[in-house]
Amino acid sequence: MKNISQGLLWLIVATAGALSLSTVALHRGEQINAMWLVLAALCTYALGYRFYSKFIAAKVLALDAQRATPAERLENGRDFVPTHKWVVFGHHFAAIAGPGPLVGPVLAAQFGYLPGTLWILVGAIFGGCVQDFVILLFSVRRDGKSLTEMAREEVGRLGGFVAYLAIISIIVVLLGVAALIVVNALKASPWGTFTIVMTIPIALLMGFYLRRLRPGKVLETSVLGFVLVLLAILGGQWVSQSPALAPWFTWSAPALAVAIIVYGFAASALPVWLLLAPRDYLSTFVKLGTIGLLALGIVALRPTLHMPPFTRFIDGSGPIFAGSIFPFAFITIACGAISGFHSLISSGTTPKMIRREIETRMVGYGAMMAESMVAIMATIAACVLQPGIYFAINSPSGIVGKVPEVAAATISSWGFPVSADGMRALAQAVGEQTLFNRTGGAPAFAVGMAHIFSTSLGGQALMAIWYHFAIMFEALFILTVLDAGTRVGRFMIQDALGHVWKPIGRTSWYPSILATSGLIVAAWGFFLWQGVKDPLGGINSLWPLFGIANQLLATVALCVATTIIIKMGKVRFSVVTLVPLVWLVAVTFTASWHKMFDPNPRIGFLSHARQLASSAAPGHETVRLIFNDRLDAIVTGILMLLVTLILLESAWLWTRVLSGRREFEVKESPFVTTRFAVEEQG
Amino acid sequence: MRRIERMIEIAAAVLREIFDESAYQRFLGRTRMVSSPQAYAAFRQEYEAAKSRRPRCC
Repeated sequence: MKNISQGLLWLIVATAGALSLSTVALHRGEQINAMWLVLAALCTYALGYRFYSKFIAAKVLALDAQRATPAERLENGRDFVPTHKWVVFGHHFAAIAGPGPLVGPVLAAQFGYLPGTLWILVGAIFGGCVQDFVILLFSVRRDGKSLTEMAREEVGRLGGFVAYLAIISIIVVLLGVAALIVVNALKASPWGTFTIVMTIPIALLMGFYLRRLRPGKVLETSVLGFVLVLLAILGGQWVSQSPALAPWFTWSAPALAVAIIVYGFAASALPVWLLLAPRDYLSTFVKLGTIGLLALGIVALRPTLHMPPFTRFIDGSGPIFAGSIFPFAFITIACGAISGFHSLISSGTTPKMIRREIETRMVGYGAMMAESMVAIMATIAACVLQPGIYFAINSPSGIVGKVPEVAAATISSWGFPVSADGMRALAQAVGEQTLFNRTGGAPAFAVGMAHIFSTSLGGQALMAIWYHFAIMFEALFILTVLDAGTRVGRFMIQDALGHVWKPIGRTSWYPSILATSGLIVAAWGFFLWQGVKDPLGGINSLWPLFGIANQLLATVALCVATTIIIKMGKVRFSVVTLVPLVWLVAVTFTASWHKMFDPNPRIGFLSHARQLASSAAPGHETVRLIFNDRLDAIVTGILMLLVTLILLESAWLWTRVLSGRREFEVKESPFVTTRFAVEEQG
Repeated sequence: MRRIERMIEIAAAVLREIFDESAYQRFLGRTRMVSSPQAYAAFRQEYEAAKSRRPRCC
């Protein structure tokens, strides 16, 4: 009887999922409600979790309820701590969810709402969730080893080296593009800039409160910091309207870029980051609150999507980034569908907290589903905007023109009506001077979020507050990613160069700290500066580069996972990681090839360089742009080479294992029976 | 009612873990210290060394 009712329940879920997905996919002509996307996503996740992840857990990975995890065997109260599954789930989700699932889907909405939505759902269920789940489990079975260590031990030395280079590449490109998003969100915005500047004294105050007055009361301190940030947002409105103060906080894009580069260096090289650490908590607090608020807002207000399922830009002529759906939609949306970066978290802190091996399914697969849902919400936030407004915000001046009337006319000629007056009114409503050419995704997301909330909570009167709340949330979070990422990059360079010259490896030796901090900041600062000076807005070049680097890391993770599954003697089940691997290789190679050699100058770096070289007498600026293009092409080529190397080494190993020339041997920790199973039974 | 209480307890535990309050409590238990500015400074010193090497996801 129970089986019948359960079967019936899943039949209803499947039917609802099929109905909502077909509505989302086949609806034409009329606008649809965002709840169809939400329902389609929820049913897809439910089915994916119930059936596909269960299949992987039972047949492929053979999760063992009797096997002790490293959290139990190596428990030390510091790194290895057996933790309740929901607590690990929340911790893991907070670590994997960043600005990526919010920005990528907003940018990909230039194709319409459908391509991004389908990729987020399919990519997560068959790719991202699987990657996070299997890497987490394999790390748990290896005492919480990192991806680099697993790549070196299971694939080979080359695999470990490629994983290391992939991580460094992704950190550098990520930090450059993340900083560019902040610059584009804050340029010529005294309100936004004031709010973000104020987070520094707020963090110092929080630090004092946390250390001296209420030691260890982080949640309480974060609530206090949050209240102060809300006051800073309100104060920002006053500052932006003050003729005396507004100019102090009205910064150009290059000035903001320099400030962020100096900030990144200071946070890495000077002991100030200890003082700024409370801001990390504040950004996490705001992030979780905002995601929860957005979810509530969408469900409560059920907004209508104004973006069509497909736009004319599926042909590759998009103004935000050039290139057709395949492969560019699949590298634009990484976090939310499949993100290689997650494999670092799944083989970092999380495996050291897992109490029971069977809980890796809920934490690894489940947390990625939650992040995928965040990406769906970001798609909704972008698509509730009128398409004309969406394109006016996200299109660079190099494509639509600098003059508002010209930009509005260009966008209207694409079939997405928008007027300069309408955009002026919108900018005024959100407390900005202009909303044209605000590339990067963050401002469009903020306007979308403000639009959703202002339809009920506070109405138009609070639209500016909601907009600046969203901008503050994204900028704050990205800046904490920036200072944390710079430090991680610095440590990685110190570790690597320490093999060449020992003193460089000493993390407390100041010349080494200054040199390696300078190196990592110079690397991402170069990409940031390039983006700021790019007439096409920078996102067109840098976001695909970030996507390629991120998917390269996912390729490394899936190569490691496939290798281990084959070595486990489960060759026929290796398709669960092999299929997403093949897909990612196809995507990464095609995208890399286009970015390097496509004859369209808006897509190919080299053809763009040729176009610049053949134009009027090249000045200093043009020579620099040509150099940037060629360097981007070389970076893309190196990423492609890295994918090839890890693939060749993995394929060579698979062939040897399958032909019997090498033993089926995995390097797992020895089996120890868990005490938790007995305790639960007792 | 019991189930709701349990859910609230778990949600609070999740927040305490995310915001390192649980890590501080474990530190106090491990080092047999009582909470104080000195104990918290010692915790941060030990904790930040490990935390600063952890990447933050995009």
